[in-house]
Amino acid sequence: MSRVEARHEVDRPTPSGAPSRGGEPGALRWWRRHTLARSLTLLVGTALALGLLSELLNEYRDLQLADAAYYFAVLAGLSVLIGLSGQISLGHGALMAVGAYTAALLIGNEHWPLVPALIASVFVTTVVGVAVGAAASRLRGPYLAGATLAFAVGLPGLAYQYSGTFGGANGIAINPPAIPSALGSSFPLERWEAWIACAGAVLVAFALYNLTHSGVGRSWRAVRDDEIAATVSGLRVPRVQALAFTLSAACAGLGGGLLAVVLQLANPGAFPLVLSFYLLAAVVIGGLGSLLGAAWGAAILVLLPNWTHDLAQSFSLPDKVGANLPLAIYGLLLIVAMLAWPSGIQGGVRAGAGFIYGAVRARRAAGREIG
Amino acid sequence: MTQFINLTLNGISTGAIYAVVALALVLIWRATRIVNFAQGAMLMFTTFLAAIVIEAGNPYWLGLLVALASGLVLGAVLERVLIRRVESAPPLNAVIVTLGLLVLLEAAAGMIWGNTPRSFPAAFSIQGFEVGGTRLLFSPNDLFIVLVVFGVAGGLALLFRMTTLGLQLRAAAFAPEVARLQGVRVGRMFTIGWALAALVGSLAGVLVAPSVFVGPNQFDSILIYAFVAAVLGGLDSPLGAIVGGVILGLVLSYVSGYEGSALAPLAALAVLVATLMIRPGGLFSPARERRV
Repeated sequence: MSRVEARHEVDRPTPSGAPSRGGEPGALRWWRRHTLARSLTLLVGTALALGLLSELLNEYRDLQLADAAYYFAVLAGLSVLIGLSGQISLGHGALMAVGAYTAALLIGNEHWPLVPALIASVFVTTVVGVAVGAAASRLRGPYLAGATLAFAVGLPGLAYQYSGTFGGANGIAINPPAIPSALGSSFPLERWEAWIACAGAVLVAFALYNLTHSGVGRSWRAVRDDEIAATVSGLRVPRVQALAFTLSAACAGLGGGLLAVVLQLANPGAFPLVLSFYLLAAVVIGGLGSLLGAAWGAAILVLLPNWTHDLAQSFSLPDKVGANLPLAIYGLLLIVAMLAWPSGIQGGVRAGAGFIYGAVRARRAAGREIG
Repeated sequence: MTQFINLTLNGISTGAIYAVVALALVLIWRATRIVNFAQGAMLMFTTFLAAIVIEAGNPYWLGLLVALASGLVLGAVLERVLIRRVESAPPLNAVIVTLGLLVLLEAAAGMIWGNTPRSFPAAFSIQGFEVGGTRLLFSPNDLFIVLVVFGVAGGLALLFRMTTLGLQLRAAAFAPEVARLQGVRVGRMFTIGWALAALVGSLAGVLVAPSVFVGPNQFDSILIYAFVAAVLGGLDSPLGAIVGGVILGLVLSYVSGYEGSALAPLAALAVLVATLMIRPGGLFSPARERRV
């Protein structure tokens, strides 16, 4: 988790005499150095792939895709926060609630259109994130975990205390998002919701990809690895950490707003304390600090309850065992991951890919020597 | 006025519970520099064991004994098997492991005993004392709780100040390398520290169970309040944990009584943030430098 990533952009002179194999080094280098080009390609590619995927899936699976997409928005922000800036947050469930209630209040009571309402939920959550982040930047490890935990436990109380505004335990129900008439009358609502949520998720991925590959991302890593060295190098550590927390909160706000749109409801029951534990487990198991890891985590959050439900049914386990099975698996995987495999699923994938790549290169080199 | 007195008395007796759990957190923090977020789940588990024993028709005191014994064993085993591996790792790893433990223990309890909270008997009558014709919100059982808490605090103070074991425990926590050179078995001291903390925690679980009921998630808020109390008093100070617990108990009692109980967790958050902003080391801690 605390591996220093040296990212010195060294300009290696290309051996001018040697024939460049198919112009590969030049193109590759351009590709490596232009983060924006890379991320735009990824943006368009992922959006197309997700759109195609949603066409292939049935309504139920489309809804799951929408769930995974808003979870991804939250997890990506949390993963960057923990994995790159080295801060922990158990309050992201509550931050999601802030985003969800903002979206629900604006859409349900004020009849705002979808996009401005989502922008507003990002904005409001960002403001909350600035406040929490400013406090968080003064806290370390266990203090920060405890403070954000208290935040996650305390915030839902507001929904009950001011039930006139927030609807108490019932929450605020909103109408489903209107499907544009251009898509035809038979376009399923679930698919439209999946499109909305995926658009949000892809935007989050685009923004975070560019940020983490910029000076901002490098300053986060520097602070994570050694705060004192970072201070000596001229970084203002509290500001760097507060920025990371605020951005992460903004992602959680968007995720929460999308959740309210997809579920057409914001209620305190959707944001229990255990949601924050689920989020933490998902980013750790998926792989900290990596966007693909967050995607793995989102897939786990959506699919695992289904799998354990099927498992419990096929082994005819008692209800209480089946109901607690996902929680038990998360707890077990959290502990195992931290003790034995801190880089998570994405770390495993990367190690596997690296192994295959190494084997291929070795074989090629051997072939060239023989030839 | 009667309400104020009642809220004060109620605050002291609930604060005493927070104080005991905070004491458990402080013991573990002093020994291993880890905040044990699984403390609430650990005491939940041992209280469940006590509930099973009592439901089987055994006396209350046997249930208490079972809870204490299982707490002692649970703490020692968890330290030896899990926590030992993250003691030297970055602090975030230890935080995540204790959170994983919290989730796992709650899931296990739900699997074994179900998620519906069940009632738990009190040691003594929960009918409030009657003074001058008005019934106070302070029962013989509350008195028992307060006395037990101060007894435990006194006992631990004696253990740490007066015995060789206490000296070794403090030495291992204060300077592990030096203590090891002096022949203190530091690893064993850490295990004993965890076992002691879990013992104290399991006592708190049995004391608080009659008012919160026994269920997998019933002790989550106790953990939060205990953490706030421990930070308020200073994570390094056992005396601070007791004072912090009582202060927090009073604050939460007034907030619940005058404003509404839904705001109690937010009030705890406010106390925590205020403490960390004004005096990050807590009430009973000298100014602290950050270690390089």
